[in-house]
Amino acid sequence: MAEIRVSRPGSQPPSNTVGTFGWLRRNLFSSPLNAALTILALYLLYSALPPLLRWAFLDATWSGDDREACATNGGACWAFIRVHFDQFMYGFYPSDQRWRVNATVLLLIFGAAPLFVRTVPNKIKIRLGLGLLAIYPIFAFALLTGGAIGLPAVDTSQWGGLLLTLVIAGVGMTAALPLGVLLALGRRSQMPAIQTLCVTFIEFWRGVPLITVLFMSSVMLPLFLPAGTNFDKLLRALIGVTLFQAAYMAEVVRGGLQAIPKGQTEAAAALGLGYWKTMGLIVLPQALKLVIPGIVNTLIALFKDTSLVLIIGLFDLMNIVHNATTNPEWLGFSTEGYVFAAIVYWLFCFGMSRYSQHLEKRLHTGHKR
Amino acid sequence: MSELSPSPARTLLSDQAMIQMEGIHKWYGAFHVLKDINLTVRKGERIVVCGPSGSGKSTTIRCINRLEEYQRGRIVVDGQELSNDVKQIERIRREVGMVFQHFNLFPHLTVLENCVLAPIWVRKLPRKQAEDIAMQYLERVKIPEQAGKYPGQLSGGQQQRVAIARSLCMNPKIMLFDEPTSALDPEMIKEVLDTMVALAEDGMTMICVTHEMGFAKTVAHRVIFMDGGEIIEQNPPEEFFTNPQSDRTKLFLSQILHH
Ligand SMILES: Nc1ncnc2c1ncn2[C@@H]1O[C@H](COP(=O)(O)OP(=O)(O)OP(=O)(O)O)[C@@H](O)[C@H]1O
Ligand SMILES: [Mg+2]
Repeated sequence: MAEIRVSRPGSQPPSNTVGTFGWLRRNLFSSPLNAALTILALYLLYSALPPLLRWAFLDATWSGDDREACATNGGACWAFIRVHFDQFMYGFYPSDQRWRVNATVLLLIFGAAPLFVRTVPNKIKIRLGLGLLAIYPIFAFALLTGGAIGLPAVDTSQWGGLLLTLVIAGVGMTAALPLGVLLALGRRSQMPAIQTLCVTFIEFWRGVPLITVLFMSSVMLPLFLPAGTNFDKLLRALIGVTLFQAAYMAEVVRGGLQAIPKGQTEAAAALGLGYWKTMGLIVLPQALKLVIPGIVNTLIALFKDTSLVLIIGLFDLMNIVHNATTNPEWLGFSTEGYVFAAIVYWLFCFGMSRYSQHLEKRLHTGHKR
Repeated sequence: MSELSPSPARTLLSDQAMIQMEGIHKWYGAFHVLKDINLTVRKGERIVVCGPSGSGKSTTIRCINRLEEYQRGRIVVDGQELSNDVKQIERIRREVGMVFQHFNLFPHLTVLENCVLAPIWVRKLPRKQAEDIAMQYLERVKIPEQAGKYPGQLSGGQQQRVAIARSLCMNPKIMLFDEPTSALDPEMIKEVLDTMVALAEDGMTMICVTHEMGFAKTVAHRVIFMDGGEIIEQNPPEEFFTNPQSDRTKLFLSQILHH
């Protein structure tokens, strides 16, 4: 029965479809138009890249304490970044207290590390994750604000730079996702009151620009509060950003919920599972997995939108860089400043994007029917 | 028609009623789907429901575990009357297993996880015990070796057997089947029907919507024919197949047996 397969010369792929040459042919020169575009792209790279490299690296100034150091080379003045680096990271957080910021960050890194280790069982991951979610914010808040346990108080108005960006983004993300999930569930609820409430909420927040929200939070909110209440500016920004993004998150999650076939909830119901168990164990795990790209998209948007808090006078990374470029001693280096800010934002956003791709692959049990 | 294992003995049934449906009416908007359904199923009784598409078969059995609401009538399952009380509904659903046409396994969970989910979260069994029970049932449906796989990696017949095992893990008193074999390729139908026959042999109370007349003949105590939202005729299979009373039943049988 066994058939002997002999490899014949004719069964080899033609040489012009394999190897480097084959790849080039297939991807870059498959048609005249494609070839022309390839050549155009090469030309653009050729004309843009060398000057850029010269500016950023070859002619750049890396050290020095004042603007005089950068006067001669003509390239980028990275000394500007070096001098302001601590400020960009911590804002106006008192220098001798900055270890507290580092400790807060390190604590999160070490605390959350097991969540990213594959060999740790899921059950422990879930417990650790929930534990962190419950305890860490309190701890971080206590450590950063101080005023107790022997730590000098640092007012939130002194927080700034990347620290502030991360605080707003971190709080926004961890609060917007669960809130968004609840809103999405509410919008699909059978109970008219809850449904109306959620729809109204979502449509309200989706209908106004974030800038408006931030303005309103600083101008209008005090009008509604009893006179004399001091409502922290940062807290207002946090609430504004969170509610705003939660509305978007809700719509992303709702998309996922809608994609889950009715049979799934019916099967769960037939087994005697109640609403919350059905959602938590059956529907949400599938729905959230489906919309990871959309969720990450929203989280990235949130991360970048934190830069809008400059409108209400908070010194996040963007604002503090902007502020440094107006420093009379360092006038004329705004390009370097904004390039630096852009790189930092990009690193975080790219990191999130890669992690989400990794997550998607890992959670893929695929083979859907 | 696929050859089935020998018929389970049709022993005398107890008088205890497991399911009582009394005067059930249901409307979808203005459309009257169920018209005065009356049905009593005794403990250990096996009923096959057949009828043309859209006649309300699915809707009828889905009323029993309240996957569908009904506007009039009452249903008593194992002595408990269905009400609007969510807890009461959940209590009844625990005792009523259901197998769907499209399996409805949870694709993000392995076969074993599918089986232990409800025992752990609804019956509050310890995981270890739930897993032992699940493996026992997976062995009974003859796929213990697939326990670690995801549903998407199994054939349709295997998936349906997992779905049966998943229901059995809750140790239900009643099993409802809604066309369990009609989404399957012919060669897989037999393995699922055999599983159901074995279940019948154990004395499970079953209501099965199916057009597998061979199954009805070997297993059912009673065959029910529905059309237009009504129960037109119900009789033991011998009687039902050899001597149908109404014209609609005759027409239906001639269509289904001669294609
Ligand atoms: N959600 C719904 N809204 C309106 N009408 C519905 C709905 N679900 C079912 N129906 C109608 O109710 C009738 C009975 O449906 P049911 O699913 O019970 O039929 P069936 O006997 O199971 O048919 P089949 O053999 O095709 O499964 C059909 O005419 C169907 O169109
Ligand atoms: Mg049906």
